Amino acid sequence: MAKKVALLQGNEACAYGALYAGCSFFGGYPITPSTEVAEVLAKELPKTGGKFIQMEDEIAAMASVLGAALTGAKALTASSGPGISLKQELIGYACIAEIPCVIVNVMRGGPSTGMPTGPSQSDIMQARWGTHGDHAAIAVAPASCQEIFSETVRAFNLAETYRMPVQVLLDEINGHMRERIELPEPGELEILDRQAPPVSPEQYLPFDPSFGDVPPLAAFGSEYRFHVTGLNKAADGFPTTKARLVDAEERRQIRKVEANRDKIEKNEEYMVDDAEVVIVAIGTISRSARHAVTELRKQGRKVGMFRPITLWPFPEQRIAELAGQVKAIIVPEMNLGQMILEVERVIKGACDLHGIGRVDGEPISPFQIMDKVKEVY
Amino acid sequence: MSKRYEIRFSGAGGQGLITAGIILAEAASIVEDQYAVQSQSYGPEARGGASKSEVIISDGPIDYPKATLVDACLALTQEAADKYVDTIKPGGLLLLDTDFVKKPPAGDFKIYRFPIINTAKNDIGRAIVANVVALGAMVALTGIVKRESGEKAVLRRVPEAFVELNKKAYNTGYERVKALLD
Repeated sequence: MAKKVALLQGNEACAYGALYAGCSFFGGYPITPSTEVAEVLAKELPKTGGKFIQMEDEIAAMASVLGAALTGAKALTASSGPGISLKQELIGYACIAEIPCVIVNVMRGGPSTGMPTGPSQSDIMQARWGTHGDHAAIAVAPASCQEIFSETVRAFNLAETYRMPVQVLLDEINGHMRERIELPEPGELEILDRQAPPVSPEQYLPFDPSFGDVPPLAAFGSEYRFHVTGLNKAADGFPTTKARLVDAEERRQIRKVEANRDKIEKNEEYMVDDAEVVIVAIGTISRSARHAVTELRKQGRKVGMFRPITLWPFPEQRIAELAGQVKAIIVPEMNLGQMILEVERVIKGACDLHGIGRVDGEPISPFQIMDKVKEVY
Repeated sequence: MSKRYEIRFSGAGGQGLITAGIILAEAASIVEDQYAVQSQSYGPEARGGASKSEVIISDGPIDYPKATLVDACLALTQEAADKYVDTIKPGGLLLLDTDFVKKPPAGDFKIYRFPIINTAKNDIGRAIVANVVALGAMVALTGIVKRESGEKAVLRRVPEAFVELNKKAYNTGYERVKALLD
């Protein structure tokens, strides 16, 4: 049977990916360049009994997502830098209360209101450390419209599997460009749903570590009654200051990501096998890097690309391996040096490291990357 | 190795050039089996003065989604012509509206001219279809998609009542440029 195909904007692909994953709630507040995600869901969610709410601001939007997610819905919000900054308090709440949800950040320039219509990748560190306190983080950074669809699906799967917020990082360019996408049939992409607790309501403890690092989450408002708080809590969900319990639960929450890196990490490698220089890039800029690699290979230069699709947790092990193989790593990013700090941390001086930063609202072109490669190697 | 072909539609905001770009991208990647990426000027840039819509078409996956060197450019206004011709590939193609680009820009490209907006207004009877006339013209100029594919892509987006109008607009644009090329 012929595949269903459409020419979609990245933001639209993200919204359709969310629907495919089973998203039934969107709470948001419009902001450029993310608004098309909300526009599609405002139109589509009511058709299938889902709910779309435009809240009074970004903070309330995030709160509505957490409320909906607790009741069992797969819930989404989409915003950009200034809105994501406002959401941080509640993203932290989602971390500690272990509420699965997906947050789309279509990155634009900053800080503050910055440049609403310009592309950016300057929220790379915010996606990891935006909210205070120790916490795990998962963020994915797709590059094409097709991948925006499938990674949005995967973001929901990761959120449900690890019972935590997951961010999808786009930028103004891949959020707004249009590409042909093949819409997967139902069942073609894996969908992971929340598992009901295997115990009766009377026996249920919402953070019972005997179930492992990811205790099952019951639907709030059902016969399973439990307490939710932003304070450190014991297995029953009520606040505790007992050192042993606090320590154990903080470590469990980090461990649920760290111990499952192999299941969460996803990367793409392009011509790295014999590469002497590797370009590490994400999202839209990885497409510039791929173009640069293809052109430089024609000139006989041994260059490759490594692209984290899962940005957080950062692909430490593979980048450290590559650093042992190559002469230099180049990190082009639409900010003034964020991902390069992470690369620097993991390569431990094993090869040369160079950055290309750009914050003028224009993408880093393939030519800029080619010039840098020629300059350093 | 895939071949990359870059097309730019430029003019003033409101002339329907973003739609023209989207239709061309659909002709290439939905009606035909090519790859396409469409992008556009956005924000304040799109709201006053010059506006552009870019389509990259290839027989293989497209990496960098923005224009690098444009193979064929359309300009419906003088401002757009002045602003956007600087990245046309040496020996590339430039299609201008005769009435609205009085001073054709100089450069290493082949210029073709016909009164696109007035053709829509006078020959077709509706200025609003100037973008479809322009699309037909660019399809004829570039040959990047088949004539029928472009028409099919136009009609996919048009309500029943406007099918004939748009068919006429598309084919008039196509034939006017074909005549210039012959």
